[in-house]
Amino acid sequence: MQTTSDDVTEYVTVLIGGQLFGLPISRVQDVFMPDRLTRVPLSHPDIAGVLNLRGRIVTAIDMRIRLGIPREKDAKPAMAVGIESRGESYGLLIDSVGEVLKLSPDSREQNPINLDSRWARVSAGVHRLEGQLMVILDVDSVLAMGGEQLAA
Amino acid sequence: MDDLLREFLTETNESLDVVDVELVRFEQDPNNAAILGNIFRLVHTIKGTCGFLGLPRLEALAHAAETLMGKYRDGSPVTGQGVTMILFTIDRLKEILGDLEGAGAEPEGDDGDLISQLEAMSIAADAAPAAAAPVAEKAPAPAPAAAPEQALERALRPGEVSLDELERAFRETEAEVAVAPLPEIAAPPVAPEAAKVEAKKPAARPAKPASAAGDDEIEGVKGQQTLRVNVDTLEQLMTMVSELVLTRNQLLEIVRRHEDSEFKVPLQRLSNVTAELQDGVMKTRMQPIGNAWQKLPRIVRDLGNELGKQIDLEMHGAETELDRQVLDLIKDPLTHMVRNSADHGLEGTEQRRLAGKPEKGTIKLSAYHEGGHIVIAISDDGRGLNTDRIKKKILEQNLATEAELEKMTEAQIHKYIFAPGFSTAAAVTSVSGRGVGMDVVRTNIDQIGGTIDLKSVPGEGTTVTIKIPLTLAIVSALIVESAGDRFAVPQLSVIELVRAQQNSEHRIERIKDTPVLRLRNKLLPLVHLRQLLGIAGGEPLDETAGFIVVTQVGSQTFGIVVDQVFHTEEIVVKPMSSKLRHITMFSGTTILGDGSVIMIIDPNGIASAIGTDVSTEVNETEADARRGNERQLISMLVFRAGSREQKAVPLSLVTRLEEVAVDKIEQAHGRHLVQYRGALMPLVSVSGYMELKSEGSQPLLVFSDSGRSMGLVVDEIVDIVEDALNIEVSADVPGLLGSAVIKGQATEILDIGHYLPLAFEDWFKRKEMRIEALTRKLLFVDDSPFFRNMLTPVLKAAGYDVVTAAGGSEGLDILKGGDKFDVVVSDIEMPEMNGFEFAEAMRSDKRFATTPVIALSSLTNPAAIERARVAGFHDYVAKFDRQGLIAALKETSNEIAQAA
Repeated sequence: MQTTSDDVTEYVTVLIGGQLFGLPISRVQDVFMPDRLTRVPLSHPDIAGVLNLRGRIVTAIDMRIRLGIPREKDAKPAMAVGIESRGESYGLLIDSVGEVLKLSPDSREQNPINLDSRWARVSAGVHRLEGQLMVILDVDSVLAMGGEQLAA
Repeated sequence: MDDLLREFLTETNESLDVVDVELVRFEQDPNNAAILGNIFRLVHTIKGTCGFLGLPRLEALAHAAETLMGKYRDGSPVTGQGVTMILFTIDRLKEILGDLEGAGAEPEGDDGDLISQLEAMSIAADAAPAAAAPVAEKAPAPAPAAAPEQALERALRPGEVSLDELERAFRETEAEVAVAPLPEIAAPPVAPEAAKVEAKKPAARPAKPASAAGDDEIEGVKGQQTLRVNVDTLEQLMTMVSELVLTRNQLLEIVRRHEDSEFKVPLQRLSNVTAELQDGVMKTRMQPIGNAWQKLPRIVRDLGNELGKQIDLEMHGAETELDRQVLDLIKDPLTHMVRNSADHGLEGTEQRRLAGKPEKGTIKLSAYHEGGHIVIAISDDGRGLNTDRIKKKILEQNLATEAELEKMTEAQIHKYIFAPGFSTAAAVTSVSGRGVGMDVVRTNIDQIGGTIDLKSVPGEGTTVTIKIPLTLAIVSALIVESAGDRFAVPQLSVIELVRAQQNSEHRIERIKDTPVLRLRNKLLPLVHLRQLLGIAGGEPLDETAGFIVVTQVGSQTFGIVVDQVFHTEEIVVKPMSSKLRHITMFSGTTILGDGSVIMIIDPNGIASAIGTDVSTEVNETEADARRGNERQLISMLVFRAGSREQKAVPLSLVTRLEEVAVDKIEQAHGRHLVQYRGALMPLVSVSGYMELKSEGSQPLLVFSDSGRSMGLVVDEIVDIVEDALNIEVSADVPGLLGSAVIKGQATEILDIGHYLPLAFEDWFKRKEMRIEALTRKLLFVDDSPFFRNMLTPVLKAAGYDVVTAAGGSEGLDILKGGDKFDVVVSDIEMPEMNGFEFAEAMRSDKRFATTPVIALSSLTNPAAIERARVAGFHDYVAKFDRQGLIAALKETSNEIAQAA
């Protein structure tokens, strides 16, 4: 028990376009309902806009667009996961939030080599769960956009 | 790094900055023992502390410099070479300190070169002490005077705030626990020690008078009511206050929606406290601009030596304060411009003599506040810009064609020195002329939302004027809407608002696909915000109509077309996320009172997006036209209210154009009121019968003076027109001054003075008036710009040619200027020179002793009237009594007519 608990990572699971993703809980600040999103003209398509979360300005990133999942008609992003990076606040727009899972590295695997390159860039591996797979979201890679996309 | 060392670094760096400045002064005035004493003490302190902290390199250098200065103190003649040597030593000390700060330890190195030279000079100085013996005798005597003076002179340094400010900031937070009275703790223990130091000095031998003082010296200096506060702490405080302001705004918004909320009163109080707290914290960030100038005397001195020029640096308004963030950003541009003036602007000594100018060239720096801005001027009395050389350079760099140059005015050509990579220096010197020049200066100024202007007269000199906002943290912005989204446009760059409509005179026209607007017979390039930003939504775009925000950036004027214009708001600027920073159209984000986030438009970005060359010419000619006709032209706000006739008021009287939601207009005691900026503002209608819109928003003209506001209800704002105001038919209808033709249409000119008392009965208990005569010259003295602006059209309507003055002394200056005035009307309650003093001064001058003067005042007791009679006023009119004033003016005119 002692040995395994050290290696166990806790993940906040989220659903984006029917796929289960997991974010390391240490990186998740909060989960909130995005309200009154202000679009930012001329910004990167991934950026859904900016919003006010308790006096902080949060830049919202639409994970569906980021992952190339087509937006369902009229489906508003229901939830956002708040993360912080270099003193700035971001909100990842997702479809819904699931439970928190404690997973040991035993079930973790590398990205399959044939994974969509857009996904591969933001995925830090895959966990084999019962009945489904959970893609580990690499938060830093999700935020490391702009440069790569501009170059493309 | 331990605290001791850190403190030492801060102290020493500051001391060295002082030494730098003082040495330059000393060189010009070598017999001033007070200055030398000051320098000597500072260097000695540094030496002492270095020894204590175990910093041998610093100590050895400081010692060598101190020895040489000791010789000067003892009366050896001061040589420029020696001072240069000491300055070098100080530079070396700074270098070592810099490394020490980075590494935490003294860097390896050898200062034998400097030390041996310093020693050689000390020996040389020893050889000639006799010659300067009288100075030596004088030296010790004034020395004691220097110290207390220094203690007083010491201004707040970077990162320091006065204790009062902090105290106030703490008090505003209303902590439960009483704040300990800091000044009392800090000050007393130091004072006796400082006194002791002073007492010792005269007795000590001249060679080492400060030895006993040592470190106590610094303590003595610190005995001021100031406290060092970490800049980060202040920044954090500022951030928290910004949050508080936002939260307050949100609360206000909520309470506004709930009638008779019990929160109203406490919230009002919270609002006031927040405002004061914000003020206080902002003040802690304020620093005198002198901090950015500190290094300039040394730079100018070194330049003078290098270039063989004699240069005098004059500095005015060093105490003018501005936000430290802004200060940091303008430091380099200022230094650069002073270098430029010294290098390119001023001629060599020989040339100056030939031109019949004093050999010594002057560079003048001045700073002053103007509204929410600070204006800094850097001027020199040098040769002025060389237009031909700039032209040549423009052609070389293909910035314009010969034909284009032909059409340009000198001023327009001069503006090219701000073009990237532009440098006209014939020879590349070590000083300037490296191609990074004024363009960098301009970019820096642009970044902080400032403007830069340049004036140059051949043979007389060049003046560069910079206007920058006092702070970047909270700015006043105009909220606009485009394609359903709101944006904030910084007020600083907005010149005016024009509403364009299909059938009105102002409509958007097109040249090919480029939208333009005819504005006062000029073409203004336009850009649709929604097209520029590539956004869709809201109402479909109407190609010919919209609100045009006329914007000026540097020399460029252009119009931003938006769908809607709301109000202005003090917004807290929040930096943009790094993911959005590449969008040059925006400079930041902000949270509005309703909690939504909006983007702040960056006028600079828009300016560069629509191209640089289109609008320059428009602006120039327009600016010239404005300058030429300043006196004749009055900007009028044209609107409709009550009836179909166009109505107008002088724009300068209108504080703001607002639109309020109709459902927010409340009724109380038969009056219409609306909550405006945390207070209730009465609404007044033009016709006396309140016709409000049934739904949507109600346009208002807001008039404010001395913290009071009144809203005049109008149906529609038509336009802002700049025209010569020529009131042709005067009316007897109350509330109307008369009619005038504005842009070819008969327009009723409203007398705002009639409406103000409808809102607040006592409005004029303080200020006001009116007149009757033929074309007579009238001088009107009043300190309130509001009343000056208001009465100018009123008096013009009465047939007077009006000249205004903002105070007694300005009025006298105008009189002394030679213009003959038929009558003078003066306010009584004015700062500095009041109306009585003004009248007495007039009476004592033969030239205007007979000119009738009418007093306008709210003081109408017999004593005041008697006092006015004694002072020499012909008549005395209560400010509220407009009819009385007209009668008084009429009477005065008749008297003059009879006398003639």
